[in-house]
Amino acid sequence: MKSMKTIGLYLHIPFCIKKCNYCDFTSYESLEQVPEYLAALKKEISNLEKHKFSVNTLYIGGGTPTVLSENQLFSLLNVLHKSIHIAKEAEISIEANPGTLTREKLCLLKKLGINRLSIGLQACQNSLLQTMGRIHTVEEFESNFEAARDAGFDNINVDLIFGLPGQSPEDFEKTLTHVLSFSPEHISCYALSVEEGTKFYEWQKEGRLVLPSDDEERKMYHKAIEILTHEGYEHYEISNFSLPGRECRHNLTYWTYEEYLGLGAGAHSFFDNKRFYNHPGLSEYIESINMSSSAIANIELISEKEQQAEFCFMALRLLKGLSKDAFKRRFNREITQVYESAIDKLKKQGLLQENSEYFRLTAPGLDFANAVFMEFLP
Amino acid sequence: MSIPRERIRNFCIIAHIDHGKSTLADRLLEYTGTISNRKMEEQVLDKMDLEKERGITIKAKAVRMIYRADDGYDYLLNLIDTPGHVDFSYEVSRSLAACEGALLVVDASQGIEAQTLANTYLALENNLEIIPVINKIDLASADPEEAKREIEEIIGLDAQNAILTSAKEGQGIKEVLEAIVKLVPPPEGSSDKPLRSLIFDSMYDSYKGAVAFVRIMDGSIRPRQLIKMMSTGKTFEVTEIGVFNPDMQPVDYLEAGQVGYVAASIKNVIDTRVGDTITDAQKPAKQALPGYRKAVPMVFCGMYPAEGEEYENLKEALGKLQLSDASLFFEPESSAALGFGFRCGFLGLLHMDVVQERLEREYNLNLITTAPSVIYKITKTDGSTIDVDNPTNFPNPAEIECIEEPYVEASIMLPTEYVGPVMELCQEKRGSMKNMEYINERRVILRYEMPLSEIIYDLFDQLKSRTRGYASLDYELIGYRKSDMVKLDILLNGEVVDALSFIVHKDKAYSRGRQIAEKLKEVIPRQMFEVAIQAAIGGKIIARETVRALRKNVLAKCYGGDITRKKKLLEKQKEGKKRMRQIGSVQVPQEAFMAVLKME
Repeated sequence: MKSMKTIGLYLHIPFCIKKCNYCDFTSYESLEQVPEYLAALKKEISNLEKHKFSVNTLYIGGGTPTVLSENQLFSLLNVLHKSIHIAKEAEISIEANPGTLTREKLCLLKKLGINRLSIGLQACQNSLLQTMGRIHTVEEFESNFEAARDAGFDNINVDLIFGLPGQSPEDFEKTLTHVLSFSPEHISCYALSVEEGTKFYEWQKEGRLVLPSDDEERKMYHKAIEILTHEGYEHYEISNFSLPGRECRHNLTYWTYEEYLGLGAGAHSFFDNKRFYNHPGLSEYIESINMSSSAIANIELISEKEQQAEFCFMALRLLKGLSKDAFKRRFNREITQVYESAIDKLKKQGLLQENSEYFRLTAPGLDFANAVFMEFLP
Repeated sequence: MSIPRERIRNFCIIAHIDHGKSTLADRLLEYTGTISNRKMEEQVLDKMDLEKERGITIKAKAVRMIYRADDGYDYLLNLIDTPGHVDFSYEVSRSLAACEGALLVVDASQGIEAQTLANTYLALENNLEIIPVINKIDLASADPEEAKREIEEIIGLDAQNAILTSAKEGQGIKEVLEAIVKLVPPPEGSSDKPLRSLIFDSMYDSYKGAVAFVRIMDGSIRPRQLIKMMSTGKTFEVTEIGVFNPDMQPVDYLEAGQVGYVAASIKNVIDTRVGDTITDAQKPAKQALPGYRKAVPMVFCGMYPAEGEEYENLKEALGKLQLSDASLFFEPESSAALGFGFRCGFLGLLHMDVVQERLEREYNLNLITTAPSVIYKITKTDGSTIDVDNPTNFPNPAEIECIEEPYVEASIMLPTEYVGPVMELCQEKRGSMKNMEYINERRVILRYEMPLSEIIYDLFDQLKSRTRGYASLDYELIGYRKSDMVKLDILLNGEVVDALSFIVHKDKAYSRGRQIAEKLKEVIPRQMFEVAIQAAIGGKIIARETVRALRKNVLAKCYGGDITRKKKLLEKQKEGKKRMRQIGSVQVPQEAFMAVLKME
């Protein structure tokens, strides 16, 4: 066991019943390709067998992993358990959308060892859900959440989005309050960003997307911090809140610059100071796996300068901040030497603060994180 | 070189931009066999790419042709090309002084333009024989009779025998050559007198050094002769003389009446000044040829490299340009906003544009220029006077007794239907009308006295847009006049941006200040804090705009561990920031510095 390398593992299920109007993730509505895709994915998973990894965190994301049938989920998890060592105390998460969950499916997931559920709710107003092109209602979320609790899930995240077209700060506050009444262990509050290739982007270009003003959008963010911390949630990452000890361990691997592998179409990996990702196209992914057992589209070797930069800007996303000691352990250099002028400037601008062990974003720094991260780039 | 002086004809071509001067010159060269069709690059006389593109000739050149006339004799024709723009009127006058005749080329469909008129008057002052040529008669819109009438009415020349040509089609070329032979008088002067030769242009050659283009008025010149520049008294030993064939071809001697070049290991074109007289150092002429004037820059601006590290390259490039352009002035200056750069002086706006474009094109430099300025004469309360061409040196208003600014007389030729808008424009430009003259029922000349500073601001552009390009403009300096000028400062978050200051008439300061503040608001991106843009005269704020603070710059999510995409976005932001200038705490894009140059 000692020789085993510990990694985070991500599995991508790039299917949705309907793609949301704001979503630019790798996801397709062509559900008829699911069997073919799963076959390829299982092949990619079984390739791991020879590597002797120990998986500390497993994250099944999408798309909507819960569009898979019970049989499909069952056989996928089976292959996983057969091919790779999953640590006993591992965090195993799956993303789920209301409308794709049943009591039976939830019980199965629980039985298959999944111990964390991440439910995409986004907002508590059915009109907003409709604007977003979501396939579910708030009521469906409510019954799904209760069913999940009944099935024994004691670690549940709820995803929310703010800054939506037509959303007022009051709407968002109501969403927060409503979600809090379910007492989830974890809440993510993501600011909407309008990405190319989405319906929202199209509408914006046509001038049909009326977003809240910057002031209102920030008001929502600041309100979330205020309400959630008041309710006992820790604001531990720019967009993430959790009850003590319930941080998403898988996402922490990204932020603490640990190694992870991503399997499936368009999935990203960071391993051995290399970043690589699979073909995002379904057919390309499937063909590549079938032909050569690998679907890697591109590999980038990260230089030490870039590693340092990435290390810093990922760590700074965490409210705990960037550990001086961790930097030194990894790079054998004092962070204050490498980034002396950048740190100095950012502190003067009031975006960064320092104590004996950590650098962290200040409250304004949370709003202007990119301006901080930029300074660490080579 | 056995052609006697009686059969030499020195002439130039006067024409407006696009009226076909270069094409006509090409045809003359072809017809006389000076250059073969095949070998001929289109329009030999306009050597610089830039000139070709703009259809204007910037620097004078010369070319020599042998023509066997109908009388059976060979004639030596020297064509001296003239710059066609108002900035170079002094150079034009010196080129004209080297000739005995001029072809006045008028576009058969356009008629006479202001610049043509000005140059024709210059030619008449120099006693040149003027041969009217109506060109572009092949065009459907050609109206040769009307063009003739204009020549007669405006200039008072008999145009009944004007030669009709189509340089493009090669029509009328022989007639032009015959007219030159018959009508242009042979050069006067005596080869026995002490040497006097007029420098009408110069160039820099990396092997020969500064080369003077000359017309020998008296005496003769040979290699190894000691010569003296009469304006400076500097002496040189002639290393090579020659003629333009059209390339430089060395000859053994040049004598009175001839046109050619003189090289004498002269290091800098500053020593081959246009208009200067070259004489024999041992047997000098008593008097220099009349009309010499030192080239004086009239328009100044700051030129800065967009990237600070390009400073040395800019310095080197300006040095190289100056080698062949004695009228270009530059000296180092520094700005709090723009760093290290140069204060540059030019003959006029076109000259400035040309230099700027050559720096960007030929030397690959990315430049930021500050608002052009004229030279103001400022009398201080202590009685002293200073020349100010840079707003930075504008004294404290309390120390100013009075300010004078250069005035010009501007002649604008335009179709009558635009008289209203143009008069309005000239009023706006603080002009006072001297007279209005009808050329015929369709065209008119307006003469205004107005400040040069108004012309260099945007008069050309305005004139163009208000007359749909049908007006032409010429101006000449008439002296200094008292004016109520103030210095307008632009402040960003309370800090004066030196590179955005300029000197402006008091009555216009308010509207210009407001316009610039509005324009800056558009181009300065939102920052983490509010940016106050203020325009101020002295300590008084006259306009204010606010760039609202940016509220956030943060990526909510990096999905599925895709760090690369996030990093790219950060890199893009960083790249954008690098292209900005930091003024105090404010990031200012390059476009901001353009905002003061021109207004809509």
